[in-house]
Amino acid sequence: MVSESTVQKAELSVTDIRPSRGWVALHLRDLWKYRELIYFLIWRDVKVRYKQAALGVAWAVIQPVMTMVVFSVIFGELARLPTDGDIPYPVFSYVALLPWHLFANALQKSGISLVGNANLITKIYFPRLVIPVSAVVSGLVDFAIAFLVLLGLMAYYHLPLSWNMLWLPLLILLALATALAAGLWLSALNVQYRDVQHMIPFLTTVWMYASPVVYSSSLIPEGNWQVIYALNPMVGVIQGFRWALLGAQAPDASLAVSSAVVVLLLATGLFFFRRMERTFADIV
Amino acid sequence: MSDVAIRVENLGKRYRIGALSQRRDTLRDQLVYLGTRLVTPLRGRGTLAQPLDEVWALRDVSFEVRHGQVLGVIGRNGAGKSTLLKILSRITEPTTGNVRIRGRVGSLLEVGTGFHPELTGRENIYLNGAILGMKRTEIERKFDEIVAFSEVEQFIDTPVKRYSSGMYLRLAFAVAAHLEPEILVVDEVLAVGDAEFQRKCLGKMSDVAQQGRTVLFVSHNMSAILRLTQESIVLEKGRLALRAPSPQAVDHYLSAGHDRAGERIWESSEIPPEAAPFQPVALRLRDRRGGIVDTVRSTEPFVVEMEYILSAPLTGLRVGFYLFTARGEAVLTSFDLDETAMFERHTNRPAGRYLSRCLLPADILNQGRYTLAVNASSYNVRRYFMDEQALEFNVDITGAPGMQWSEPRPGAIRPRLEWQIEALKP
Repeated sequence: MVSESTVQKAELSVTDIRPSRGWVALHLRDLWKYRELIYFLIWRDVKVRYKQAALGVAWAVIQPVMTMVVFSVIFGELARLPTDGDIPYPVFSYVALLPWHLFANALQKSGISLVGNANLITKIYFPRLVIPVSAVVSGLVDFAIAFLVLLGLMAYYHLPLSWNMLWLPLLILLALATALAAGLWLSALNVQYRDVQHMIPFLTTVWMYASPVVYSSSLIPEGNWQVIYALNPMVGVIQGFRWALLGAQAPDASLAVSSAVVVLLLATGLFFFRRMERTFADIV
Repeated sequence: MSDVAIRVENLGKRYRIGALSQRRDTLRDQLVYLGTRLVTPLRGRGTLAQPLDEVWALRDVSFEVRHGQVLGVIGRNGAGKSTLLKILSRITEPTTGNVRIRGRVGSLLEVGTGFHPELTGRENIYLNGAILGMKRTEIERKFDEIVAFSEVEQFIDTPVKRYSSGMYLRLAFAVAAHLEPEILVVDEVLAVGDAEFQRKCLGKMSDVAQQGRTVLFVSHNMSAILRLTQESIVLEKGRLALRAPSPQAVDHYLSAGHDRAGERIWESSEIPPEAAPFQPVALRLRDRRGGIVDTVRSTEPFVVEMEYILSAPLTGLRVGFYLFTARGEAVLTSFDLDETAMFERHTNRPAGRYLSRCLLPADILNQGRYTLAVNASSYNVRRYFMDEQALEFNVDITGAPGMQWSEPRPGAIRPRLEWQIEALKP
């Protein structure tokens, strides 16, 4: 598609524009060149999100807390689903809801991000990857706020913190990578087929029940079922969160499977996105 | 060789448009399409992949722009100007050919791209600057200058949704005007805002041109083209028709094509399939003697007439025009069914050939160049046909009120008004 090189003699960057065919190189370095744009798009997202909302930033907390309350009543009190060990159900579900909401919001936002930014895509050039990437990352602010509530909750139940918490950044990265991988596929498809944006909420709901958010992954039978279950990358992420924060069983094997799936999904997603990219401005 | 900033070779861009029923824009359509492909494998790709109509928005265009040159790009709507700019600014890819560009390109296809209504003026300057490709340090350095140019100092910390449209445009243009790429690609950004602001923008543009920057300037405003550029290219139906000194190129453009001056004739290839059953034939401007003219005298009435065919009866159809100044400011809008009596008599139109004729009285328009846009629609139901640039014409004001003074008078209209002077007793 486009290659850039600096010609010493002319001291001006040279851009060649020609039609591209088939699969093209990823040019991930371009993302770095446009890091300031990513920063400003995230900044815009965060700034705008709670403007003119009476409760403002509180929504970042209300959403997961209310979900936790509902889950605690239905799955904890009524259905009496077992947790890992003797962890109180509210903490048990909230620890899972944190990465889950991070993931689900990132997936939703990145999935519709290209269509939502059609005005930019049709008027300005920049690597299109900037858009889903910034949509995914902007959820971290909400996550950080909701995380503070968790610390309060753990103090309330007298649960100790452990050094395993230091693994959390890697687990967060895995959750974001999963959202980005799926988001790349969905956003590129959504440019052509608006069916995708109607599908995302449904997909998210199904995905949630395929992840150990309301129940413990120990309910899944041992052996092959556990491996198949771990094909869902969010299984490893949520197990990891429960292990790092609540001392539940370590996710060892499933985390390896999850990571492999994410790498595969992300790599194919990137190539697919780049392949579709050339027609975004024409059909969005 | 290195003197060339932009080299365009055999550039072409093909779009697939096709009738709506043939597009596969939804998943269902795609599935149906794939299903059809599967059950009729022998017909193969050729027959089923072809029904999409293909349109070459740009075809075999080649030209060069030297460093420091300001080149105008002119052409009618659909001539390929926007497509050319989109390819040069890397928004879309060409289908054929290639372009080599030496230098950083900044493109302004509209002002205020990415402005967010909820953000303040200050915040939008940073956001818009970043979107246009400025570094944060660069924006910080120019911030005060941008604010001063925009004249919205007092409101810089107010969300832009509370701005008037004029303030919004001034701020948006101010950011864009402080972009400093080696090559600047500009599309029609001057066609907005009030006259005062447009003058300021034109001033800024000619500063840019004089700084030795390479500029590609697209406009429908011929006086801006003449003022800012020495040389222009003319695009016609996607092809490069002419490259010449700007006065010559403007002449060619204004008298181009098979349309006689004062008349616009639509060929069937120019009418989108969605227009059916409405089929425009011609738009004409006639003086009071009935001759087709492209210059009308402001002191005489003149006629705007639209000829069209209805291939099926239509209810509620109204045919009319918008009148714009050369700068794109709307002057007036009128439809053939505006009068209640006309509405009652003609709201049901059987199939057939029609002429909707409008008589504009004398002493309405001021001197200058005007554009007629045509619209055929059913209110709140459907727009059958729209041509935003159907016809251009001039108004000559010989004999108009106030001609004893040679000053140009601002304003699109120049009515003959009744004045009275009374001497009052002290």
